[in-house]
Amino acid sequence: MKSQALDQAAQAATAPHTPNSSMPSLGSLVRRPEVGSLIGMIAVLVFFSIFGGANFLAAGGAASWLNVAAELGIIALPVGLLMIAGHLDLSVGSMVPASSMTIAIISGHYDAPILVGILASLGLGLAIGFINGLLVIRTKVPSFVVTLATLFALAGLTLGISVILTGSTSVALKSGPVAKLLLGDYLGGKFEVTLFWWIASILVVGFVLNLSRFGNWILAMGGDAVSARNAGIPTDRLTIALFMSSGLCAAFVGMSQAILYNSAQVAAGQSFIFNSIIAVVIGGVLLTGGYGSVVGIVLGTLTFAIVNQGIFYTGFDANWASLIIGVLLLAAVLMNNTFRTMALTYAPRSKARTR
Amino acid sequence: MTTPLLKLTGINKSFGPVDVLHDISLDVYKGEVLCLLGDNGAGKSTLIKIFSGVHKPTSGEMEMDGKAVAFDSPRDASDHGIATVHQFGGTFPLMSIGRSFFIGAEPTRRWGPLTIYDRKRANEIAVTEMRQLGITRIDDGDRLVGGLSGGERQALAIARAVHFGASVLILDEPTAALGVKEAAHVLRIILQARKKGIAVIFITHNVVHALTVGDHFAVLIRGAKAADFRKGEKSREAVTDLMAGGEQMAELEAEIESFAAMQGEHA
Repeated sequence: MKSQALDQAAQAATAPHTPNSSMPSLGSLVRRPEVGSLIGMIAVLVFFSIFGGANFLAAGGAASWLNVAAELGIIALPVGLLMIAGHLDLSVGSMVPASSMTIAIISGHYDAPILVGILASLGLGLAIGFINGLLVIRTKVPSFVVTLATLFALAGLTLGISVILTGSTSVALKSGPVAKLLLGDYLGGKFEVTLFWWIASILVVGFVLNLSRFGNWILAMGGDAVSARNAGIPTDRLTIALFMSSGLCAAFVGMSQAILYNSAQVAAGQSFIFNSIIAVVIGGVLLTGGYGSVVGIVLGTLTFAIVNQGIFYTGFDANWASLIIGVLLLAAVLMNNTFRTMALTYAPRSKARTR
Repeated sequence: MTTPLLKLTGINKSFGPVDVLHDISLDVYKGEVLCLLGDNGAGKSTLIKIFSGVHKPTSGEMEMDGKAVAFDSPRDASDHGIATVHQFGGTFPLMSIGRSFFIGAEPTRRWGPLTIYDRKRANEIAVTEMRQLGITRIDDGDRLVGGLSGGERQALAIARAVHFGASVLILDEPTAALGVKEAAHVLRIILQARKKGIAVIFITHNVVHALTVGDHFAVLIRGAKAADFRKGEKSREAVTDLMAGGEQMAELEAEIESFAAMQGEHA
């Protein structure tokens, strides 16, 4: 088998006029905007591998940050899509505990079949997402404010209803072996099954953004909503669909957490609000919309999880983790800006190579 | 040339108590360039927004191919074959050329059981269409629109309109932000579009650009049509005077010269 270099040399010798678009050059690779996120992730991985010792990279250590990444990642993906489309969803922070409490109250407190609880919590996610989307397109109020309102409203609703129905802010949940295996178990005693759900969501969201025409619509809507609508993109329906997907994914995480921990608390999940935004922004998605990639979001999620968990494997006080994340966020955004500018100024390849 | 492709009769537009357009009648013909001239605030933008379905006229008639039409939305206007290209062309600087070319009309292909966006075909068509308009620098449809020059973006937007079968192409100040060479290129593209039988409405306040490509000229002053003439009927000076609101441009120039002379003395 010939090496790539030989192939290229042979091609250059026999057919110098063939454009080499099928073979990405180093230049075009460097100009892939995800490179910034990749460098960031490798940097923190190397840092914590050095300071975290052998345990950090062993199965137990890897599981600790992969589990965090999986739960955050399932929410960060649709939040990232929303951000690419020019919207924010803060309500995921209340959606997670609301969904946990829903399944715990229905299938735990009232002993209904687990499937009913699962469907109810996912249905709640879709409903809240629908309400968010509808409010955003009807009121034209920025989605930041709309979802901030639903964040608080939903948190209050969850607390109020939980206390009325169960008299408590924490409800136990016993789920059957099938539900446990599929949604809330540890593989090999360490890795949460949510990891597989994360991988599945990566494939689905990757398909939507890169391969389906909806990806084009999402990018266009985030770039310029008015022009996108004039070009015939159903921006209203698309907005509602995106909010429903982030509601669904947040509900999924809340539901699987309840099954995993065999209980639900009213006040869990607020950390997802900023953590999902941080992961997405580290991943190179433009906060103002119009730009971003699934690879970037995944890398950003991993970076966040590594810093968040890696600190426990080092000799440092865990209180420093937030400082690192803050600095990292700023550095990542600056680096992403640089790589985005490079992608924009991507000059035509030199004439000697292309023609 | 008997029936105009697009005909406006007695169009008025007011926003509340403010009259913006007053009794505008215009004929737009296939394969002609209509230059819409006027100073800032003369009502050019409002007029093209009526053409492109953004605003509805308060009163007056609009006909296409002899049939009365009323556009409910920009989408409706573009379904009738009216394409509008704004000053900065593509408004999606962070999208690839191929993707932005096909926004809302993406080519798809089968991929197993799934229907996916055909990136390769989109890129090929976009690059080919741009090449036909003389943009040969672009050979990769994956490049971002933001990396193109102003003239190239105009070409991309015009290529898009031509590809999707526009019969009326409205260009809103396409040369305003461009250098001399780039502007010349865009003017050539306008002539190419005209040759294809497209009716071009070219909005500008550059008289030289207008006289270079225009077949037919309309000058707006404070919302009313001040002049309507064909190529060769008026000199450049006469057109410039008209655009300046009927004031003698020569007087303005003399005023500027005396001011410059004063500045010179002080320096």
